[in-house]
Amino acid sequence: MLTLNVNGEDRSVEVPEDMPLLWVLRDVIGLTGTKFGCGIAQCGACTVHVDGQAVRSCVLPVGELGDAKITTVEAIGATPEGKKIQDAWLAVEVVQCGYCQTGQVMSAAALLRHNPQPTDEDIDAAMSGNICRCGTYVRIRQAIHQAATGKPVAEQTIAYNLQKGPAQ
Amino acid sequence: MTLPIPDVAQPSRRALLQTGGGFALAFFLGVGSARATISARPQPGDAELAAREGATFAPNALIRIDREGPVRLVMPNVEMGQGVYTTEAMLLAEELDVGLDQVIVQHAPPIDALYGTPLLKSQTTGGSTTVRANWMILREAGAVARAMLISAAAEQWGVPAAECVTKAGVVKHAASGRSATYNELAEAAARQQTPEKVGLKDPKDFKLVGKPMRRIDSPSKVDGSAIFGIDIRVPDMQVAYVITCPTAGGTLKSVKEDEARKQPGVKDVIRLPHGVAVTAPNYWAAKKAAEALEIEWDHGPNVDFSTEGLFKALDEASRTGKALVARSDGPLDRKGKTIEAVYQHPILAHAPMEPLNAVVHVRPDACEIWVGSQVPTRAVGAAAKLTGLPEDKIILHNQYLGGGFGRRLEVDSVELAVNIAKQVPYPVKMIWSREHDIRHDIPRTAYLDRVSAVVDDEGYPVVWKDRTCGASVPKRWAPQMLRKDGFDADLTECSDELSYDIPAFHVEWVPHDMPEAIPIGWWRGVGPTHNIFKVEGFVDELAHAAGKDPVEFRRKMLTKNPRPLSVLNKAAEAIGWGEKLPPRVGRGVAFASPFGSHVCAIAEVEVSPRGVIRIRRGVAAIDCGPVMNPNTVEAQIQGGLIFGWTMALFNEITFEKGAVKQSNFHDYRMMRLNETPPIEVHIVKNEGPIGGMGEVGTAIAAPALANAVFAATGVRLRRLPLDPRLLADPKAGAA
Amino acid sequence: MRNLVRIAVAIVVLAAIGIAGLAGYRWLHNDRDVMAADAPASPELVRRGEYLAHAADCVACHQVPGGKPYAGGTPFKLPFGVIYSTNITPDKETGIGTWSDDDFVRALHHGVRKDGRHLYPAFPYTSYTRMSRDDAVAIKAYLFSLEPVHAPAKKNELSFPFNQRWAMAFWNMAFLDARRFRDDPDRKPEQNRGDYVANALGHCGECHTPRNLAFALDDGKEFAGADIQGWRAYNITSDKTFGVGAWTDQQLSDYFAKGHAEGRAAASGPMAEAVEYSTRHLNEGDRNALISYLRIVKAQPGPAGTEIAPDPESLKKSTAWAPPADAAKGDLGRKIFEGACASCHQYDGKGQQTPYAGLAGLRSVNDPDGVNLTMALLQGSDLKDINSGAWMPSFAAYSDVELAAVANYVIGHFSGKQGQVTPEKVAERRKQQ
Repeated sequence: MLTLNVNGEDRSVEVPEDMPLLWVLRDVIGLTGTKFGCGIAQCGACTVHVDGQAVRSCVLPVGELGDAKITTVEAIGATPEGKKIQDAWLAVEVVQCGYCQTGQVMSAAALLRHNPQPTDEDIDAAMSGNICRCGTYVRIRQAIHQAATGKPVAEQTIAYNLQKGPAQ
Repeated sequence: MTLPIPDVAQPSRRALLQTGGGFALAFFLGVGSARATISARPQPGDAELAAREGATFAPNALIRIDREGPVRLVMPNVEMGQGVYTTEAMLLAEELDVGLDQVIVQHAPPIDALYGTPLLKSQTTGGSTTVRANWMILREAGAVARAMLISAAAEQWGVPAAECVTKAGVVKHAASGRSATYNELAEAAARQQTPEKVGLKDPKDFKLVGKPMRRIDSPSKVDGSAIFGIDIRVPDMQVAYVITCPTAGGTLKSVKEDEARKQPGVKDVIRLPHGVAVTAPNYWAAKKAAEALEIEWDHGPNVDFSTEGLFKALDEASRTGKALVARSDGPLDRKGKTIEAVYQHPILAHAPMEPLNAVVHVRPDACEIWVGSQVPTRAVGAAAKLTGLPEDKIILHNQYLGGGFGRRLEVDSVELAVNIAKQVPYPVKMIWSREHDIRHDIPRTAYLDRVSAVVDDEGYPVVWKDRTCGASVPKRWAPQMLRKDGFDADLTECSDELSYDIPAFHVEWVPHDMPEAIPIGWWRGVGPTHNIFKVEGFVDELAHAAGKDPVEFRRKMLTKNPRPLSVLNKAAEAIGWGEKLPPRVGRGVAFASPFGSHVCAIAEVEVSPRGVIRIRRGVAAIDCGPVMNPNTVEAQIQGGLIFGWTMALFNEITFEKGAVKQSNFHDYRMMRLNETPPIEVHIVKNEGPIGGMGEVGTAIAAPALANAVFAATGVRLRRLPLDPRLLADPKAGAA
Repeated sequence: MRNLVRIAVAIVVLAAIGIAGLAGYRWLHNDRDVMAADAPASPELVRRGEYLAHAADCVACHQVPGGKPYAGGTPFKLPFGVIYSTNITPDKETGIGTWSDDDFVRALHHGVRKDGRHLYPAFPYTSYTRMSRDDAVAIKAYLFSLEPVHAPAKKNELSFPFNQRWAMAFWNMAFLDARRFRDDPDRKPEQNRGDYVANALGHCGECHTPRNLAFALDDGKEFAGADIQGWRAYNITSDKTFGVGAWTDQQLSDYFAKGHAEGRAAASGPMAEAVEYSTRHLNEGDRNALISYLRIVKAQPGPAGTEIAPDPESLKKSTAWAPPADAAKGDLGRKIFEGACASCHQYDGKGQQTPYAGLAGLRSVNDPDGVNLTMALLQGSDLKDINSGAWMPSFAAYSDVELAAVANYVIGHFSGKQGQVTPEKVAERRKQQ
C-alpha cells in the first residue's frame, strides 16, 4: 500500500512500486485528464507536476515518489500560473483535438512558475518535449507569451459563458 | 434553401467540382442506400429518438429545447480537432437566435438517416466535407426551430407571428410588451406545424457566423475534464492489452500463459485469430502480463514483403501495367521539348495522439460501445456482424476524438475490441500501445508517379501527362465509389483538374495492390496530399526549366482564373516574394484547389551545409468561400501545414519481412515546437462557393517545402520524405 | 560482451594460423584434468551452479533475444563469416545432454567439445580455464537441471581456412594458459576471491583488457579499457582519474547491483547485459570481493582529455528545466536535445523520473569522441528488468548529422568540453551495430 499526495489529498493505492504514475492516476485514482500518448517520455501528453516540476508520468515509477506532492491538470487551475496559462490557451484558442493539451498546459504552467517572463528560447527548452499532432505549436508559443505578459499577442477569441452539461 | 444535391445515380466529376465538391468520395457512398442525410425537418425515427432523450421540443434531429436548461444541439459530425462542434453549434445557434452561452452540444447517436453528411451519404466525418455539406442545412434547422417557437408564442398571445422577434433565446412582441423564453415556449412549440419554408438571416446580420467565437470544447480540454474514448470508465471494466503478430497477416500458432497468469491482477488471457489479449484492472498490469506471454506466430504469407520490394514493383508496374484513364483531352500530340520526372510517396502512419482504443461490453442481448469514431454507423455494422446481434441492439456512444486524420474512418480497432469483449462477461477497455498503433495502422499507401510535359517556346506546358501508380483505398472501403472499370477518382483528385491553363491533358492510374493483409486507408488530405506534391513540384521544375520565376510562371497560367490568382498574389505579397535572400536560404511556392478551397503556401527554408532543413517562415493565403470561424480557418491551415511538413521531413513507414519497422515517436518523428516557424495565414474573402478546411493545409505543405529546398540548394527532391543526405553542400567541408 | 568477442575472435583466429610455432612451450606447461566420475547433482549443487552460471554470465551468449535461455543461437559476425553460440541445455540430441562432467570440464578448460573438435574462442575458455573443476561441475549440474530445449545448432558460416577447427589447436598452444586459478598468498582472501570472480568466472578482461599485437589479451594492461564493436569498455583499473579508483565502494556496489552509480555511470550496451545477467546476481560477499580486487588492479592511464570535468560552468548555470541563458541558441544539437532528450535527462545533469537519466559526471559525456554516447544514441539502453524506469529508446532513425550534433551538444553541455563527434564517425558506428 502506497500513499500518494495528489492535488493536495493523500490517496492510498494498492499498486506495485514499478507501476508508472500515469496509470495510477488514470486507472486507479480515476483522474483521466493526464493522457497516455507514447509510454516512452517522447510526447509529453502525460505531464504532471511533482513538487512543482514538470515530469513525464508514463515513465515515473510510483515507488520513487515518496511523499512528493503531485499536481495534475485537474488542479492546476488553482495555481496562479496554471490559471494564467489556461486563460491564455482559451484566449488565443490553442486547442484542436485537445488530447495533448493537458500535457502542454502542465509543461507551460511549470515553465511560467520557474520563469515568469520566458523568451522564445526558454519556451523551446521547456516545451519541445510535448508533441502536438494537430500542430498547435504556433499558438502555444503565443499563448505562453500572452500568459506571461498579460498582453494580447494574437487575435483573441470571443468569450462567452459556457453551459456545463452532459457530454452526451 | 438547401444545397443543390446532384443526381446520385449519375455522379459527374465535373458537376461535383462546379458545385464546390472536390472530394472524390462525395456522392458515391450512398449509392444503393437510402438518402441518409441530416435534415432541417423531422425524419422517420426522429420523434422516437427525441422522446428517448426526454426532449420537450425537437423540431428536427439536431435541436432539443426543454422546459428548462440550455438548448441542446446534437452534433451530426465528430470533433477531432477541426473545430466542427463549434462551427455546427454556431450555425444552429445563429438562426435559432441563441447565444453560444445558452447551448450545450451532445454527440449524436449512430443513425445514418438522421445524422448522415449529405456529401458522403452516411454518418461520416472526413474529406473536409462537414461545413461544405451541412452549413445551409444547419442554418435552416435553426430557422425552423425559431419559426416554430415564434408561432407558438404568437398563438398564445394572439398576435401575428410576423410581429414577433427573437433575441438570445427569448421571443418578444414589442406592441404588447410580452415576452417568453424558449424554455417556456418549448411545449407549445412542439405542437406547431413544421414550416415548409423559412427565411434565413442576411449574412450582414450574423452575430456568430464569421466571428472568432471561442470553441465550445476548449475549456474542458484545458482543464482535463473533456472525455475522450480512452477516458471512459464503466463499472466492472477491465483493461485489455493486445499483442498481435508483427508480420502482416500472421496468425497465432501457440501461446504459453503460465508466466502471464502469475502476474498480479491478471484477469483473463484471450486468444484472437491474429494475437492475444490480456485483461487486468489497469493498463500496466495488463501490459506486464501480456509481455510475459510466450507466443509463437505463424508468420503467414507476407514474410517477404518489404518497402524496397514495393517500390521496385511500383516502378515496374508504372512502366508496364495497364492504365485506367481519368481524363484525356486536347491536342495531346503536340511536339516540342519534353520534360519528365518521377515522384515517389512513402507509406504513412496516422499516429493520432490518442492511441486507438474502444470500450466494449457484449451482453447476451446487446452490445454497448464507447469509442471516438469518424464512422459510428460503420462501427455499429461491424459489431453487429461480429456479435450476431441486430444493429438496433448495438448501442454506440461516440466520444471526442484525440485526432482522427483518417485513422478513425476505420473500424478495425472496434472489431478487435468486440472480439475480445465477446469472450468475457465484463466490459473491456482495449487500449493500443503506441507501438501497436503505429505497427498495426491501416496506413496511407505508397505511390510512384510519372509526370511529363511538352512545353512551348516560352516553356509553358501545352501537353500534360500524369500516370500515378499505387493501390486504391475505396476498392476495400467503399467499392461503390469506383467507376465501372474499377477506376478510383480519389487517386487523381487534384491532378486531373488543375486551375492552370493547359490545353491538353492526359491523366491515368495504374493499379498496383498491396498485399491483402495490409489494408490501406485514408490519410489526411487523401488524394490531394499525394497529387499536389507531384503537380506543384513539377510545375516548379517547368518554371525552372523555362528560366522563369515560379510565382510569375504560375500567375501566367492562372490569368483566366481570378479566384486562384488572387490567392497566389496574396501569399506572394505577404511574404515579400522576390526579396534577396542569404545563401542556402530559399522560398518555395505551391498553389492548389483542394476540397473546393483555393490555397497558396510559401515556405522559407534554410539548408545547412550538411543538409539539415530548417523552416524559417511559412505564409499561406486561403480562399474557402464564406468563413464560418476565421480563428478555426487559421488554426486548420497552421496545423495542416505542420502535419504536412512533418510528413515531408520525417515520415515513412517501412516494412521489412512483412513487419513495420517503426514503433513510436523516437523512430516515427513529429515536428516539435522548436522546429516550428512562425506561420501567417491570410484569408482571401470570397462569397463562394464554400470550400473545405480540415485537409487543405496538409495537402499544400510538402510541395511548398520541397520547392523551397530546391530554391535554397538547387537540388530537386522528388521523393518523400526529403532526404537531407542529398542536400549537403558539395562546396562545404564538414560543418 | 558478444561484441567484444566478434572482433577478438576474428583477429585471433587469423593470428593463430600464422603462429603455430609458438605453441610448444604452452603444450608442455598446460595441465590436464583428472578424469573422474560424474558428481551426483544434489539440490545444493544445482543452486550453487545457478549462482556460478550467473557469475560466469553464460546466458549472455547462449540466448538470443526472445529465445529460450541457454538454447544458444547468438550470431557472432566475423569478417570471414558467422558463427553461432550453441545449445547448452540438457537436450540429448541438440544440447549437451549426453555430456559427462569430464566432457563439460574439458570444454571449459581446454576449449574442446565432447566429440574432440575444437571450439572457437568466441567461447571464453581462456578465462574459464581458471575456474575450479568443482565450480565447472556445479554449473553443469545447474544446466542439467533445466528443461531440455530442442534447438539444433545453426551451422556456422565460415570460409576456408577459418572453418578448419583443427587449426585452433595451434592457437591454443600459443595463447591458452590452461591452468586453474591459485590464491596469491600475498593478498587478502577477498582480493583473491575478487580476482577469481573477475577473471575465472566473470571474464571481465575479455572486454576491458586491451589486446596485444597478436590480439591476445595484454596481461600487462589488465582492465585498462578497450574498444569493442563500437563501444568502449572503460578503464576499470584503480586509477583515480581514468579508472574507477575514485569511485566509492558504495558506487561500485550500486553499479554491480543496479547498473547505476550516482554521478558516475549508468550501464548501457554490452555492460547493461553484463549487469542484468551477471553482476547483479552476485552475493554481497562476492560483490565486495570484486570491489577489493578492483582496488588492487594496477592503475593504468587513459587518453588525455577524457578526465571527468569537475564542475562544468554550463551545468552550474543550468536549472532542471533550462540551460544557461547565455548558451548558444539555434544549435541543431540543442534543438534535438530539447525535443527528444530533455524530458528525461533535463539540463542540470540530475535526470528526471529516474536517476539513471542523470548525465552529470558520466564518462560517456566526458569523452570528447563520444564513443559510448553515440552507441547509446544508436542502440538505446535497457535495464528495464532491474528498474522499470531505466531504459532509453534507440534514436537510430535520426540522421548521422543530427546524432553527431546532439552528441556534441551533450558533451559540451554536460562536461564543458568541445565534442569531436562527426557524422562520419556516427556512420561508422552505425555500421558496427
